[in-house]
Amino acid sequence: MDTTQYTIKQISVFSENKPGRLAAIAGALQAEKINILAFSIAEANGFGVVRALVDKPEAAYEKLNAMGFMVSFTDVIAVKMRDVPGGLFEMASILSEAEINIEYSYAYSGREAAVLILRVDRVDAAVEQILARGGTLLSADEFS
Amino acid sequence: MIAWDPNMELMPEAELKRMQFKLLKTLVYRLYSFSNFYHDRMVAHGVHPDDINRLEDVVKLPYMVKSDLRDNYPDKIFTAEPEELVRYHVSSGTTGKPTVVGYTKNDLDNWTESLARALTSCGVGRGDVVQVAYGYGLFTGGLGLHYGAERIGASVVPASVGNTERQLELILDLRVTAICCTPSYLMHIGETAKKMGISIKDDTRLKTAILGAEPWSDQMRDRIEEEMGIKAYNIYGTSELSGPMFTECTEQDGFHMWSDLALVEIIDRDTGQPVPDGEQGEMVVTILQKEALPIIRYRTGDITSIDHSLCACGRTHPRIARLAGRVDDMLIIRGINVFPSQVEHTLLSIPEVSGHFMIEVNRVGALDNMLVKVELNPEAFSDKINDILDIRRKVGHTLKNMLNVSVDVEISEPGSLPRFEGKAKRVIDRRVL
Repeated sequence: MDTTQYTIKQISVFSENKPGRLAAIAGALQAEKINILAFSIAEANGFGVVRALVDKPEAAYEKLNAMGFMVSFTDVIAVKMRDVPGGLFEMASILSEAEINIEYSYAYSGREAAVLILRVDRVDAAVEQILARGGTLLSADEFS
Repeated sequence: MIAWDPNMELMPEAELKRMQFKLLKTLVYRLYSFSNFYHDRMVAHGVHPDDINRLEDVVKLPYMVKSDLRDNYPDKIFTAEPEELVRYHVSSGTTGKPTVVGYTKNDLDNWTESLARALTSCGVGRGDVVQVAYGYGLFTGGLGLHYGAERIGASVVPASVGNTERQLELILDLRVTAICCTPSYLMHIGETAKKMGISIKDDTRLKTAILGAEPWSDQMRDRIEEEMGIKAYNIYGTSELSGPMFTECTEQDGFHMWSDLALVEIIDRDTGQPVPDGEQGEMVVTILQKEALPIIRYRTGDITSIDHSLCACGRTHPRIARLAGRVDDMLIIRGINVFPSQVEHTLLSIPEVSGHFMIEVNRVGALDNMLVKVELNPEAFSDKINDILDIRRKVGHTLKNMLNVSVDVEISEPGSLPRFEGKAKRVIDRRVL
C-alpha cells in the first residue's frame, strides 16, 4: 500500500545548548509566518535537537538552513490516540507486537484528539499495522 | 654537600669546557662519517668537522628540530645497529607520527647517571623510599626516574600514575620519603589526602618531591612546600634528549645541566645569535655522548636563561632557569605534550566533523582538563541524539589515541567556531599556575 500520504516531514534542527538558540529558531519561523504544530527538544550534555512539525516544512528548512542551522527532514507518523486511560498502550502494543522499534516520540493535544508523533525504524510497516488494527493516522495534508 | 660523582660535578669550568670540546669534536666526526642524516645536513650547511676547532664553533653546525624526527620516522636517524638498541621510548609528534627514541646500553647508562647525580643533588639517596608516580611505559618519566633512583640505592616504589588513594596508602605504609610526579598530580594527591583526613605534613614521611613534565611556578612551589611540609624540586628533560635528566640542587636555583652530557646554548630565537648569561632565549641542546639517536643542536622550543657562575652548592655545571614558556604553541596537559597541529590532523581524519576547532584548557581542582570544540558536518547531522553522541565519543576516542591524553569534546554548530585569517589562535588556556 502507499504509505506516503501518512508520512509527515518533521524538521530536525541541531542546536547548541545555550541561551537564545530556541528563540532564534522560533523567531525565524515567525518571520516566515510558519506555524508550529507540534514540537519537542531532545537534549544531551551541551547540545540538543529541536524537532518540529510545521505547516510549511520546505520553507522552514530553507529559512533555517540559510541562517546557518543544521536542518534535516525526518519521516514521522502521527497517530490519533483515544484521550482515555489506555490510549497510549493501544498504540504501543500494536507496534510492539509487530516488533517495530520507536526511536523517539512526543505527543501533543490536537484539535480533536491527542496525537502521538512517532519516529520508528520501519515507517511503512508501522503505517500498515496501525491501519490494519483500526488506528487512525493523520495524513500529511492535515499539517499543511 | 654530597655529590654522586664529585670529580665530575665539581670539575673546574675550564676543564669542563675542554672536555666538552673533545666530546663535541668526536661526535661531529663520528656523525659526519657514519650518519647519512648528519652528513647530508653538514654538507648542505657548508660545514666540515675540520671547522670545529673550539667549543664556540658549535654555532657553525646546523640545527635539528622536532619535525626532523617525524620526517625520519621511526629510526632513520639512528646510528646504532638495531641489535645494539636495548630500549625504545615513544612520544607524541607534532602531527600524525610519533617520535621514537632508541637507546643503546651506554645511552641508558648516561641517562641513569644523569639522574643519579640529579637526585643526589636534591638530597635523595640510600635510605630514601622513592615513589615514582610518573607514567611507566612509552613515556620516559617513569622508567627514567625508576633506574636513576635505583642507582643511588634508594628503595623504589614504581607506583606509576593514577589511583590516588592507593598512592597515598603506599606513601603511608611504605614510609615513602620522596615522590616524583607532575606538580599538578602532587597537588591532586594533597587534595585527596585532605578528603581522606590525612595530613601529608604530619602523617607521612614525605620530605622531597621531584616535580616536572609540565609548567609550574614558584608560587605553586611555595604552596606545595608550605602545605605539605616538603622540599619541591624542579626536573627537566625531553624524550629527544633521553628523558628527564636535570634537576635543581638543594639551592633550588636552576637546573644543573651536566656538561659532559649536554652542551647548552641559549639563542635569540629570531637571529639565532647566542644571548648572554641571564638573558632569555630558546634553549638549544647538543647531547654529547648519545649513540642510538644523536642530537646536535636540538631546538627544544623551551625559553629560559643560563647561568655559568659557580653555584652555592659548589657544582660547576651551568644552570638554566625555570622555563619561562615555549616558542611554539605546544601545550602540556597532565604532563603530556600536545600540539594543536596534532588535534587538527586528527580531526581531519574524521569525516563527521570539520577541521575547525578550538581548544580550551582549564584546571579543575588540581588537574588539567582539555576541551576540544568541534563543528559537526551537516552531512553527519542526525535527528537522533544517540547518533550525535556516538560521533562525540568517536572524536574523543580518536583524539585520546593520538594524543595519549583524554579530552572532553563539545559538538558545535557548523560555522559557529572562530575563523582565522592570519595565525590561528585555537587555544584558550585558563590555567593559573
